[in-house]
Amino acid sequence: MRYLPHSDAERAEMLGVIGAANIDALFSAVPAQALKTFDLGLPAHSPEFLVEAHMKALAAKNHAGADGPFFLGAGAYRHHVPATVDHLIQRSEFLTAYTPYQPEISQGTLQMLFEFQTQVAKLTGMDVANASLYDGSTGTAEAVLMARRLTKRSKVVLSGGLHPHYRDVVRAYLKDDADLVCLGASPEGQGDILDHIDEQTAAIVVQTPDFYGHLRNLQAAADAAHARGALLIVVITEIVSLGLLEAPGALGADIVVAEGQSIGNALNFGGPYLGLMATRKEFVRQMPGRLCGETVDAQGQRGFVLTLSTREQHIRREKATSNICTNSGLCALAFSIHMALLGEAGFTRLARLNHANACKLADALAAVPGVELLNSTFFNEMTVRTSQPAVDLIERLAARGILAGVPVSRLEPNDASVDNLIVLAATELTTDRDIATLCAALTEELQ
Amino acid sequence: MSMNNQGRPTGVGHSSYAAAEAGSALLPNEPLLFEIGDTEHSGVDLPDVEISTDRLGGYERKTPLDLAGLTEPEAMRHYVRMSRLNHSIDSGMYPLGSCTMKHNPRLNEKMARLPGFSDIHPLQPVSTVQGALELMEELSHWLMTLTNTAAVALTPKAGAHGELLGMMAIKAAQHAAGQSHRTIVLVPESAHGTNPATAAFLGYSVKPIPARPDGTVDVQAVKDALSPEVAAIMLTNPNTCGLFEPQVIEIAQAVHAAGAFFYCDGANFNAIMGVVRPGDLGIDAMHINLHKTFSTPHGGGGPGAGPVVLSAALAPFAPVPFVRKGQNGLALVEHTEAGALGRVTAFQGQMGMYVRALTYMLSHGGDGLAQAAQDAVLNANYIKARLQHAFSVPFGDYPTMHEALFDDSFLAGTGVTTLDFAKALIDEGFHPMTMYFPLVVHGAMLIEPTESESKQTLDRFCDVMEELAADAKAGNKERFTSAPSKAPRRRLDETRAARSPILKWERPVETLKAAE
Repeated sequence: MRYLPHSDAERAEMLGVIGAANIDALFSAVPAQALKTFDLGLPAHSPEFLVEAHMKALAAKNHAGADGPFFLGAGAYRHHVPATVDHLIQRSEFLTAYTPYQPEISQGTLQMLFEFQTQVAKLTGMDVANASLYDGSTGTAEAVLMARRLTKRSKVVLSGGLHPHYRDVVRAYLKDDADLVCLGASPEGQGDILDHIDEQTAAIVVQTPDFYGHLRNLQAAADAAHARGALLIVVITEIVSLGLLEAPGALGADIVVAEGQSIGNALNFGGPYLGLMATRKEFVRQMPGRLCGETVDAQGQRGFVLTLSTREQHIRREKATSNICTNSGLCALAFSIHMALLGEAGFTRLARLNHANACKLADALAAVPGVELLNSTFFNEMTVRTSQPAVDLIERLAARGILAGVPVSRLEPNDASVDNLIVLAATELTTDRDIATLCAALTEELQ
Repeated sequence: MSMNNQGRPTGVGHSSYAAAEAGSALLPNEPLLFEIGDTEHSGVDLPDVEISTDRLGGYERKTPLDLAGLTEPEAMRHYVRMSRLNHSIDSGMYPLGSCTMKHNPRLNEKMARLPGFSDIHPLQPVSTVQGALELMEELSHWLMTLTNTAAVALTPKAGAHGELLGMMAIKAAQHAAGQSHRTIVLVPESAHGTNPATAAFLGYSVKPIPARPDGTVDVQAVKDALSPEVAAIMLTNPNTCGLFEPQVIEIAQAVHAAGAFFYCDGANFNAIMGVVRPGDLGIDAMHINLHKTFSTPHGGGGPGAGPVVLSAALAPFAPVPFVRKGQNGLALVEHTEAGALGRVTAFQGQMGMYVRALTYMLSHGGDGLAQAAQDAVLNANYIKARLQHAFSVPFGDYPTMHEALFDDSFLAGTGVTTLDFAKALIDEGFHPMTMYFPLVVHGAMLIEPTESESKQTLDRFCDVMEELAADAKAGNKERFTSAPSKAPRRRLDETRAARSPILKWERPVETLKAAE
């Protein structure tokens, strides 16, 4: 077996040093009835080329994004990732390093995390960012719990524009919790949350651009929340939007949670992704997840360490702010490298290109008979109402090689009012030809 | 360029790159991105399109981004130089207990990057992702077969997330059975910190279970602690002392007899995969760290993946989404009835890790996985056998499993601490072992070599350990208290970092003044 270094002679020699008659002697603590009393029935070991053939056959059964026109978004976005990013994250020293608990020999990872935290803080306009969480959805649940600790209040209100899966994750995390208020879907972008804030409210959660693509008024939400002593949690699923839209920190956000997948990370069928979290500096000791900080070594040289770990499970055990341990280190590296390659100039151009393509898509869709565009505002994503139920329509378009968007009812199966809604996104990869192909097919299907 | 007393360049901007303190060729001192890049440079060519702000609702950005950019050659050098400051499994051994730092095959990376896996969207019509669902089914089959369990929830993003999901499933099952008065979770003192953190996160009160003098869980203490209020026990097996719990079946039976569930922390599954099926021991739920046992890279702290296998009693409470056979191929179940657990992450979990883990499993086969577990156990016992005379072994009654545990009594009177000793390993080219964990052993040193290390490497490691122990006992304290001296940094001031945290780069004050 190509991954196992010992020869049988070496195994025998080592057993001799141990003083064990055979390998089974080392498993003597295992109850006899549980030790290899079974036949696994699994295939035997396999050479590299056969494994590769097996995996390629599975991959070939999937329709990849590059195989045709592609308009899916809804929390995961298809962007171009520069070749440099994937090369660098496969450097052995990054890819195969452990969590940087030994800072003297982990400065590469730690300096990257310090740069990453700085980038996220600048993007969101917040004081501090952590070293990543699993993804945007679990990050949202963590932010809700953090707001409860900070305010010592329990009521939490989720906007109807929040990604339905994010809402579901918060629900699962706060199981049996009567103080969680989930507002109904608001596909028209209607303001829905301000009337629900009271003196018991810990936080309101507002996504912008929201699940349906509408841009929400964060300043109004922040003012209303703060007037009642509540916090504003802002959720962003498309981080590229911050190249064009005002930083939530400048509009009164207290905690910002985002999905960072768009920068540096592939679609990967849903994971691994990258949770971003940023907040005000006075809240940092209630923040979940790892934090990297600057310090000096014994000779006065600048260096970086994981810090404020008294918040974390390996120190505080049951009193920790979260149980999170492993997070998304390598995805954070991919994000940070891609963001460094873009810089402010590139990131701004990328955001403008996304919006320009989305404007073309919106105009073209609005001209298709049987399609109604619901958005007056958007960044790179929008919702349309079609004259036919969306799930079946999307399937027929997929059969024509077009991945035309996400039917809202797939995420909201109990709300018949969304049956004819489709969420579509455009990115820098969307071409005029893709849009023309989609609209021609839609016109035919909706006749 | 001037440097301040911390060795930090005080200038800012592109020109500072060439003049920054370079360190030696092999141990570079790399400036921060923000000290070498600026807002004009970019390593990505994109057209600069005109846009109308009509559809932005007046929410256009007014706050400057102030994000530093680098051209491609500058970025390449910045990150490659930074990477050289890291230890990694490809460059040297990680004898880290409970972390299973094994070889990461590159075939896994290549397969995860096939566009049919990496370039598919989580909400594509399921008719267009049949291969992905098939892969999830196949991985599930391997995990259930290796553990002899009824179901597996693939979605958790890491081990701690898997623990959370497993305990949520237990909570949901008990609520469904009218057992919501069960509010206590038993956790052995030797457990990972994530266990009590998870239980507390779900509102359970945590009751610690003491260890016996031999390092195993006190079965009588478990029995005494069981009551109608106990929801579950969270037990790591093999435990964090590297020992297989010899009475694990008796513990499972007692827990079940009391109407509680047995959550097993599967962080140490590498010791027994293909050799012992946890389902045969009576577990109800166990997470499996694909980034430990099944070789997906740690990546400097993630991403991981923590699928949870479930017994028949808990299977109905698995979270969505999961794969089922449907009328037209495989289907993805994305919604469940009220009362079920629901969803613990936005999409299907860590597909990228599923591909790597299955590739690893297919490469090994059932026979290779068992051989890997046996070699991991062999290696740990070999280290224990070679070092037990120079070091102190707290629990010698049983053979160890995949980890060798030592305490610090061999350092008594030397003035050298476990931390000092571990830091001295760095100067010999090894990553330190796990220190001060498990908590039940004074000054613990926990060593997990994994199956990936050759006898030659193990012998060199043991030679170094013996030599260090002899030197500590000989009174050469300075070597240890000043270690490491050959790493990119000497010991870092963690107290200072925590007392006045600097968590992001700020433009130096003199530059701001010059700009005014």
